[in-house]
Amino acid sequence: MSTAPTAEVVRREENYLNVSYGIRSWLLTTDHKRIALLYLASVTVFFFLGGVFAVLIRLNLFTPTGDLVSAATYNKLFTMHGVVMIFFFLIPSIPAVLGNFLIPLMIGAKDLAFPRLNLASWYLFNMGGLIVLYSILSGGIDTGWTFYTPFSSVYSNTHVVSTIFGIFIAGFSSILTGLNFIVTIHTMRAPGMTWFRLPLFVWTHYATSLIFVLGTPVIAITLALVAAERLFHLGIFNPALGGDPLLFQHLFWFYSHPAVYIMVLPAMGVTTELITTFARKKLFGYSFVAAASLAIAVIGFLVWGHHMFVAGQSAYAAMIFSLLSYLVAIPSAVKVFNWTATLYKGSVSWATPMLYGLGFIGLFVMGGLTGLFLAALGVDVHVHDTYFVVAHFHYIMVGGAVMGYLGGLHYWWPKISGRLYPEALARFAAIVLFIGFNLTFFPQFILGYLGMPRRYHAYPPEFQVLNVLSTAGASILAIGYLLPMAYFIWSMRYGPAAGPNPWPATGLEWLTPSPPPPHNFDETPTVTWEPYDFPNRPDLKYPSPVVAVRQLGPTPQEE
Amino acid sequence: MLTRLPLFPESASTMAGRVDALFFFLLGFSVLLSLLIFILIIGFSIKYRRRASNEIGASIGGSLRLETLWIVIPFLLSMVMFAWGADLYISIRQPPPQALEIFVVAKQWMWKLQHPEGQMEINELHVPLGRDIQLTMTSEDVIHDFFVPAFRVKADVLPGRYTTIWFHATKPGRYHLFCAQYCGTNHAQMGGWVEVMEPAAFEFWLAGGTAEESMAEAGARLFQQFACANCHRPSGQGRGPSLVGLYGSQVRLQEGETVLVDNDYLRESILTPRAKIAAGYEPVMPVFQGLVNEQQVLQLIAYIKSLASPPPVAEQQRSELPSQ
Ligand code: HEC
Ligand SMILES: [Cu+2]
Ligand SMILES: [Cu+2]
Repeated sequence: MSTAPTAEVVRREENYLNVSYGIRSWLLTTDHKRIALLYLASVTVFFFLGGVFAVLIRLNLFTPTGDLVSAATYNKLFTMHGVVMIFFFLIPSIPAVLGNFLIPLMIGAKDLAFPRLNLASWYLFNMGGLIVLYSILSGGIDTGWTFYTPFSSVYSNTHVVSTIFGIFIAGFSSILTGLNFIVTIHTMRAPGMTWFRLPLFVWTHYATSLIFVLGTPVIAITLALVAAERLFHLGIFNPALGGDPLLFQHLFWFYSHPAVYIMVLPAMGVTTELITTFARKKLFGYSFVAAASLAIAVIGFLVWGHHMFVAGQSAYAAMIFSLLSYLVAIPSAVKVFNWTATLYKGSVSWATPMLYGLGFIGLFVMGGLTGLFLAALGVDVHVHDTYFVVAHFHYIMVGGAVMGYLGGLHYWWPKISGRLYPEALARFAAIVLFIGFNLTFFPQFILGYLGMPRRYHAYPPEFQVLNVLSTAGASILAIGYLLPMAYFIWSMRYGPAAGPNPWPATGLEWLTPSPPPPHNFDETPTVTWEPYDFPNRPDLKYPSPVVAVRQLGPTPQEE
Repeated sequence: MLTRLPLFPESASTMAGRVDALFFFLLGFSVLLSLLIFILIIGFSIKYRRRASNEIGASIGGSLRLETLWIVIPFLLSMVMFAWGADLYISIRQPPPQALEIFVVAKQWMWKLQHPEGQMEINELHVPLGRDIQLTMTSEDVIHDFFVPAFRVKADVLPGRYTTIWFHATKPGRYHLFCAQYCGTNHAQMGGWVEVMEPAAFEFWLAGGTAEESMAEAGARLFQQFACANCHRPSGQGRGPSLVGLYGSQVRLQEGETVLVDNDYLRESILTPRAKIAAGYEPVMPVFQGLVNEQQVLQLIAYIKSLASPPPVAEQQRSELPSQ
């Protein structure tokens, strides 16, 4: 391989990993790359924890009578699964790990705008996490991750207040990360890195950061009000004291719907990078994809009421929310079409990250299309709060966000660790994941339309076959998640050196050695090229010196 | 085998077919669109698979025409879905005027239902085939949700207010009733059955019950028991307004606005009378919150509603109302 000599050089060079040693050098670091790895460790622990809850849930549902755990325990399991996965894995995963690592590299900066604030975010995140862990260990919580009142604020007698407190604290880490990204993207772009030369990964993180900053305070206040009602018996949400339980739902979903986009927008960013790199082609409709990200973030704030079509809100409100929900689907569709078109006349590689990228599109399409069923008012009345919804949001959040996260990890792992993982095993794991995922969640669509409500500890016997299928799928899925964990760790020691740009790809992050030096670039790069413009990048080193360009047929007109 | 592995729910109401029709439209659309995308993705990935390690893709930046096309077409299609769904939703939300009204009180973790004739049921609901049935529902504690998959209807049941749901059963049988809104420990047990009966069988069932008094009669008894009658005289000469003919009318409030007298207004007037004061009266009505339970409120409402119908001969004195 022609990259070998470079790797030789790299090994002797100072990089962010070998620049200093010892636990202090990590816990007090302000290097965004090290903080990203700290986050990687934290969210992996939470993912594992949330995964254990998921496995217990699925095992319990193996039989209609729910024999594994009691109803009370089951309710705690799905609550803690939701709380841990959403607030401590899905929301931080891509932004705090990959975003943290890559945004400065991608825009040609030395670090984020506020490095110490970045470290503080990590501490806040873990503090919140520890408080939630404490709540779990001291007995758990059974309100569902949605904390609906007045159950959460009056009737539940589990650890509601401490859990809420943990989420409240972790929320500040989201806000600070969002702030950090926004300022960084605005002020620290390298010369020549104009807005329309930014990788889409940066655009989607910009959109995500807007939601972090605008949305998170609302959930923090809402949960604080629940705690206040619990502690001081104020009549905010409790109708017995003159409160309004629907007010809670409005406030909760005002954040929690956009939160879905916090999870999926960054994954869309990752996917865009994967598709362009592994099709070795410019992104089709760059400005449309970028604008779609912002449109999703903005319209996403106006559709929260689609979670309340049967909750007792007025029929007119429901109609407006339904209409807006259809509007927010359009930019997502635009992205899918543009990704597909990008493959046209590309040079498509089937490397592991690309399998994740294509897998993301497939699962996201199914998640998105089933969203149209839920936005259709008359159909939602039937499927609301059933397994149809459970399947839908797992297709978006696990099929979408987690696939994106894993695809991103595989794609940038050579940059992060400087090493390559075993490709064949990795492809195998990606396929196992894809199959396991579909087997787990597809039967749930059928269960939902049949009418099986969500959050049921036991269910009528006629639903058993589909539940058994789902449980079987979950065990395959679990293997699919454990494999990458194993070979990533393996590769850190035994993987072959990756070189600066193994794929090769066009982003600035690939101009610097792998792993990058502590200050990212020895010299601030100057950008003179358009994003993903393979033909105009003579500096890219392909395994063979002659570059063949796919013959241009009758091309659609340029934008 | 078919019962061990059902793939599609039973349809037993007039709404079921209409919901399924939209469902199949959406399903057809989704299958076609996803097939199109999957075929293109897989097709492109195979046709344009990398043949040489140094090969790169063609230089294509985009196409305004295509972008417009795939913004406008999905938009138009989605508006069809929206309109269809909204139309259906309005039908689901609006009970037909002559529906038979049954009252539902939910609590952790059971359903208490009462027929106007007074018959009470727990976790079971008997209804006649071929009639519009409206449920007026409230909760004594947390939020629950009344869900009958075979009818394709559900609605949250909230504490502190009434929500309604209606259906018109088309097939005799026993159908699952689920609580669909998570409500605590035994949420999964908070279910039961809706039994749809032939009209004659239903009349027979109703007559065979143990109910001693209809809901309106129970309400009349409570009306005496709680001394409502002292203030609310049919003649309107008491300290409170006459309640005859009140239901469904417009009432003028002290602040000058008028409100429609429906279930929610009556409930509020009984439990927290200070919330809205009828014009021309002193706010002297005692607060009954905590004194009467949800079931009794519903019975009082049933009684007040029964006063709305033209006075029967036996209650002649009502017609002596001064035309105030
Ligand atoms: C002490 C006298 C008094 C008693 C006892 C009383 N009410 Fe009232 N009620 C009033 C007055 C005065 C009003 C009008 C002012 C207001 O709206 O609060 C009223 C209003 C109402 C209204 C609204 C009528 C309208 O035109 O808006 C309803 C319904 C009602 N009462 C039902 C009841 C019921 C049922 C009871 C027994 C459980 C009851 N009341 C007991 C005095 C009384
Ligand atoms: Cu939503
Ligand atoms: Cu319930």
